[in-house]
Amino acid sequence: MSAPLLQLDNVTVQFGGLKAVGDLSFTIGEGELIGLIGPNGAGKTTVFNLITGVYEPTAGQISFAGKSVVGHRPYKITARGIARTFQNIRLFPSLSVFDNVRTACNMHLRHGISHALARGPKFAAEEREIDAKVMELLEIFGLTAERDAACKSLPYGDQRRLEIVRALATRPKLLLLDEPAAGMNPTEKAELMKLIRFTQEKFGCAVLLVEHDMKVVMGICQRINVLDYGRKIAEGTPAEIRANPKVIAAYLGKEEE
Amino acid sequence: MIERSKILLLSALLVCAGLSHVAGGISPYYFDILIGIGINIILAVSLNLVNGYTGQFSLGHAGFMAVGAYASSWLTLKYGSSIGSGTLSTTTVFVLALLGGGLGAALSGLLVGVPSLRLKGDYLAIVTLGFNEIIKGVIQNAEPLGAQRGLGGMELHTNFFWTFAFAAITIYVVLNLVGSTYGRGFLAVRDDEIAAEAMGINTTKYKVLAFVLAAFFAGIAGGLYAHFKQFIHPEGFNFLRSVDIVVMVILGGMGNTAGVVVAATLLTILPELLRKVAHYEWLPDWLQQVAENRMILYSLLLIILMLTRPQGLFGNFTGKRNQRLQ
Repeated sequence: MSAPLLQLDNVTVQFGGLKAVGDLSFTIGEGELIGLIGPNGAGKTTVFNLITGVYEPTAGQISFAGKSVVGHRPYKITARGIARTFQNIRLFPSLSVFDNVRTACNMHLRHGISHALARGPKFAAEEREIDAKVMELLEIFGLTAERDAACKSLPYGDQRRLEIVRALATRPKLLLLDEPAAGMNPTEKAELMKLIRFTQEKFGCAVLLVEHDMKVVMGICQRINVLDYGRKIAEGTPAEIRANPKVIAAYLGKEEE
Repeated sequence: MIERSKILLLSALLVCAGLSHVAGGISPYYFDILIGIGINIILAVSLNLVNGYTGQFSLGHAGFMAVGAYASSWLTLKYGSSIGSGTLSTTTVFVLALLGGGLGAALSGLLVGVPSLRLKGDYLAIVTLGFNEIIKGVIQNAEPLGAQRGLGGMELHTNFFWTFAFAAITIYVVLNLVGSTYGRGFLAVRDDEIAAEAMGINTTKYKVLAFVLAAFFAGIAGGLYAHFKQFIHPEGFNFLRSVDIVVMVILGGMGNTAGVVVAATLLTILPELLRKVAHYEWLPDWLQQVAENRMILYSLLLIILMLTRPQGLFGNFTGKRNQRLQ
């Protein structure tokens, strides 16, 4: 395999006296589906925020497609090909389903503000193009009927789905999913697993999945990284992770000897 | 579909040109109110881009208006006579001066916006308020601009056509921009900055852009005002003037251009209407008395409105309203 898509090298981030993530290293290859798990407060979401530029690492290096992303603003990192969803859904509440996805097409616009103001034929053509693209995405994910609905009015599962659609509209090479199964019932979870796998295959993007639900993580991930107190305690296939005594200890606590 | 907005703009401009002839005939009092409405529409609709669509809180719109008013007046005073007489050339100078005033205001918008738009909410409001006071202070001490005495001597150039043509252009630009995929960025910034960044939107750029555009139109409004009143004074662009504009935006419904246009119109007419009511002989005395204290009544009306309709007269954005505006 060639150079990894995403590479974290000894990444550390310190908030005051708290080391939220320490010496974390892992890689994600093109098109891989990788899990990131750990008990509450282990630093999983912090890792996401580091990769997407919300936080800057205190030490260490994060590179995407061979180039460092450290110190870049989040929108630039998204432009490089990393898209994410949020643990607590962050759709644009005042926008319709359609417009939520359309907004994510923003950065691929070839025409700037002058064209938006002048409304020339080129601009019109591009708007139509975006319309078609958004509708195509909504169609794939079965949200066509809701296109004009306020995104807040969607059922919870659909909101999660819409967040994924929106992230995909930025045409990412790597998709970061932050607890997509949170608050879902078993049927919805089963559907979500199918959806993630489908996304990975159809759009050819790598996926990094943070999830608490072991069934989901074990069911779809090729490899899993386990964090505890900001440090990686294990890495391996689902079967290896399941049998790893350190992981069991982190989740269930160690027996006193 | 795209063409529709252009056709609308063109017909609006034609209507303005047509009405301009009629408007010349009405009494100066009503004409004054009419022009005031047009200027307030430009101010409120442009501020709505910042306070409504982009969700920032600017409280210094009158400051940009002042920059436009003084810059354009300075331009017409300096170059108005030297280019020669004749309607065409004076009009050209006037329009160029208006645009110059707009650009000046836009530039000051850029200067204020770049450092201050990192701030949010109340903090941004205070910075923009400070800017408004600084501009006022600078003008008050600038001898070439008349300082405390005010600046006069501009010729009457502002007429019905130019006022409402620029109002139409302001509405056209704001609606076009916000309706486009490009302009969805403003709404995304308002709704959730972190999510907007994660979707590849440069939030700083959008905030500055909204700020600069709004300042530009405020500058135009200032120029129109200056060449209508033919006399401008720093106190005319104080904090209270900024608040007036913010009230129009809030009353119309943040991010609702049609509502803001109506609110700007109503709020311009209302004080004058109350003034008239105070002189209706056939009304009972006490009612006349109430109307006499029109500014108190006006404030009361605003309080009642805000209590009963905090979303503004015509409501904020809803999912439906949010679709393509084409």
